[in-house]
Amino acid sequence: MPADMLAQGIKAGRISADQYEANFADLHAPLDDHEALVAADRCYFCYDAPCVTACPTDIDIPLFIRQIATGTSDAAAKTILSQNIMGGMCARVCPTETLCEEVCVREVAEGKPVLIGQLQRYATDGLMAKGVHPFERAGSTGKRVAVVGAGPAGLACAHRLAMQGHDVVVMDARAKAGGLNEFGIAAYKSTDEFAAREVDWLLQIGGIEIKPGVALGSDVSLAELQDDYDAVFLGMGLGGVNGLGVEGDDKNGIADAVDFIADLRQASDLSSVPVGRDVVVIGGGMTAVDAAVQAKLLGALNVTLVYRRSRVRMNASVYEQDLAASKGVRIITNASPKGVHGNGAVREVEFEYTDDDLKPTGQTVRIAADQVFRAIGQSLVGEGLPTLEGRKIKVSASGATSVKGVWAGGDCASGGDDLTVTAVAEGRDAAMDIHAHLMGGAS
Amino acid sequence: MADLTTDFLGIKSPNPFWLASAPPTDKEYNVRRAFEAGWGGVVWKTLGSEGPPVVNVNGPRYGAIYGADRRLLGLNNIELITDRDLFTNLEEIKRVKADYPDRAVIVSLMVPCEEEAWKAILPLVEDTGADGIELNFGCPHGMSERGMGAAVGQVPEYIEMVTRWCKQYYSKPVIVKLTPNITDVRKPAAAAHRGGADAVSLINTINSITSVNLDTMSPEPSIDGKGTHGGYCGPAVKPIAMSMVSEIARAQDTAGMPISGIGGITTWRDAAEFMALGCGNVQVCTAAMTYGFKIVQEMISGLSQWMDEKGYTDTSEFVGMAVPNTTDWQYLNLNYIAKAKIDEDLCISCGRCYAACEDTSHQAIAMSDDRVFSVIDEECVACNLCVNVCPVENCITMEQMPVGAIDPRTDRVVEPEYANWTTHPNNPSATAAE
Repeated sequence: MPADMLAQGIKAGRISADQYEANFADLHAPLDDHEALVAADRCYFCYDAPCVTACPTDIDIPLFIRQIATGTSDAAAKTILSQNIMGGMCARVCPTETLCEEVCVREVAEGKPVLIGQLQRYATDGLMAKGVHPFERAGSTGKRVAVVGAGPAGLACAHRLAMQGHDVVVMDARAKAGGLNEFGIAAYKSTDEFAAREVDWLLQIGGIEIKPGVALGSDVSLAELQDDYDAVFLGMGLGGVNGLGVEGDDKNGIADAVDFIADLRQASDLSSVPVGRDVVVIGGGMTAVDAAVQAKLLGALNVTLVYRRSRVRMNASVYEQDLAASKGVRIITNASPKGVHGNGAVREVEFEYTDDDLKPTGQTVRIAADQVFRAIGQSLVGEGLPTLEGRKIKVSASGATSVKGVWAGGDCASGGDDLTVTAVAEGRDAAMDIHAHLMGGAS
Repeated sequence: MADLTTDFLGIKSPNPFWLASAPPTDKEYNVRRAFEAGWGGVVWKTLGSEGPPVVNVNGPRYGAIYGADRRLLGLNNIELITDRDLFTNLEEIKRVKADYPDRAVIVSLMVPCEEEAWKAILPLVEDTGADGIELNFGCPHGMSERGMGAAVGQVPEYIEMVTRWCKQYYSKPVIVKLTPNITDVRKPAAAAHRGGADAVSLINTINSITSVNLDTMSPEPSIDGKGTHGGYCGPAVKPIAMSMVSEIARAQDTAGMPISGIGGITTWRDAAEFMALGCGNVQVCTAAMTYGFKIVQEMISGLSQWMDEKGYTDTSEFVGMAVPNTTDWQYLNLNYIAKAKIDEDLCISCGRCYAACEDTSHQAIAMSDDRVFSVIDEECVACNLCVNVCPVENCITMEQMPVGAIDPRTDRVVEPEYANWTTHPNNPSATAAE
């Protein structure tokens, strides 16, 4: 074991350059032509296929797989992208094991689904590599729409609006477009700057202006947007991170998992990203797994993911849990944070074991930690927003909010899972509703 | 995206994909679903004369053979022509055609070989507004025992006679559907041509028994312990169909006669291949019966993508383009010399090429102790068997030898001139002297 892995504290450069490269390579190597044909061959072209029903964007999966099987993968890509303009990213980050592939008849019958996600990537990567953008704008409508947030929801909405001939301005608080595709999500799921390349490719439709560094609230108000544009779409995601709610939450070494992931994604050199020797991640969702696995891949000696309920309640899929375990992450369940110990910097996190209803058992455990990541959920921030439902913006099935002329979608809006693919579907559907309103004269 | 609109005998359809006369086109419900799914046209399942309709068996009608992973490769059918009332069918045809004026609706017919029978039914069909008729001279089972279907299609004189009647009593295009259960398909095609047919369509199904139940000793599909031959169709028959199409496309008597291609068409590529061999459009049945009507979406997108890539803007631009390159064996260039080449990077060391070549061909592949396979040029006759049995696409290729090189098998120089068997010195009837 390299000495750097044993060094205490939060340090960069724990492993060799080769290890960084190997650890952060593509999680799944892309299928080559032969593999794609073999994989496509397994699809039964089911009638009213369960995989399509399970896809939030309703991609015609049997059709695109048949198009791959018959040697027309560009047509396959078009089938995918006409429903899901971020089909390339979704092929990488979708939890297919709980969506299309979970209900694939061959998964149900044999425990081996058709490799839908990887086939989708094969088709979309092929088309993007040719630099082809297969859609054209309709004639200009003269209508202008403001989109807040350049993540999956906002970009999907903008693209669909642009296709219909509207002019779109997309604002984002960050310096770069992409949202969680660019700043969230584990690096090994989006290698080679894929998120940025996909945004560039998507913008080839024309009619979309990206304005980075513009935040709703501090830089522009919703009222101003309503005045200046014919319609507004809110897709700014969840800007706040929930606190642990225990004493010592502010000690040095404690940070938000989303910031850790964003810093890692934006780092030009992974050996410059510091990580603790003993890392504790608190939470049970995809963000927790992405943080824990990447901490391990950066060379942390011990990484422990602690979730307050049982494994079956974890938001991270079984596949993601197994991925974490295979990388050496220890998963502890049914344990709630009780306190953070250390003099200035964190040294230990204390947990109390609980049952599934979070009833304390009185038994506690202390886990050594020089770095702790909070991953227990994010929250909507902002004032003067449309009516909320719970802690998110209340929307109709087509994304309309309580405010006339304002739509919302993605993580900031109610309804649907917080998934890239769900955000794309919501952005797309809201765009069609906005289009109908703009062209129908109503609003 | 390329325009797939097709004009066949003046009949326009939004794409060249028609459903063949068969179970999928037996009634209004199916045909409407087919048109909604995107099919360019249908040939309505064969109608018989007025009167009590035929009956079908009440046991299994189909048998199948499978490839790996139970992929259906061949289907065998003993269903007869429509077993529904003639007038019910005619009313439905009229309604469907009126509702789908942009789609082709062709009516398949099979009535006894008597002028009166044809004279009786043709005005009824004319009245439906359908775009044309197809004469079912191909059905190989059941109906042929009653002197119809293939029994007519196997006698060129009958074909000519009936075609003439149809041209006399019917004003729209007449397509003659040919049986493959015949020695030389050019003869019935020429007969149809002489009778005035506007086009031929082929192939109908091939006599077949798909399997025998070794417990009951009955051919399948088995009806109460007995089986009969059926009509074979599906991907397995495509090579046979394409050969027959090409024979008609390049025969002197029938060259240029429009052809509607049928026989195992399952993908856009199959369709393009039939069309390259001279078919103005294609008809599909088994692929729809296996996968449902939606299958046409892949055919449409695939053909369109291919046409875009090739720069074709109309299907007529590539119809028949492979016909001039289809020739007799005697005209193949004997001075064209190739050698197999194995790409060792792609090779997965299964050894199938070695087994095939060593056991059954020319002992032209060497195998090392560490399972590296290489071609022995001194022995290789470029037969292509290794390419055909290799499980990895493009791992083994046939490389043409350049002019002037010495073929190590014969120690002879590769000559630049085209030379075929008709002029070869070994040919006792060679036309050119040395």
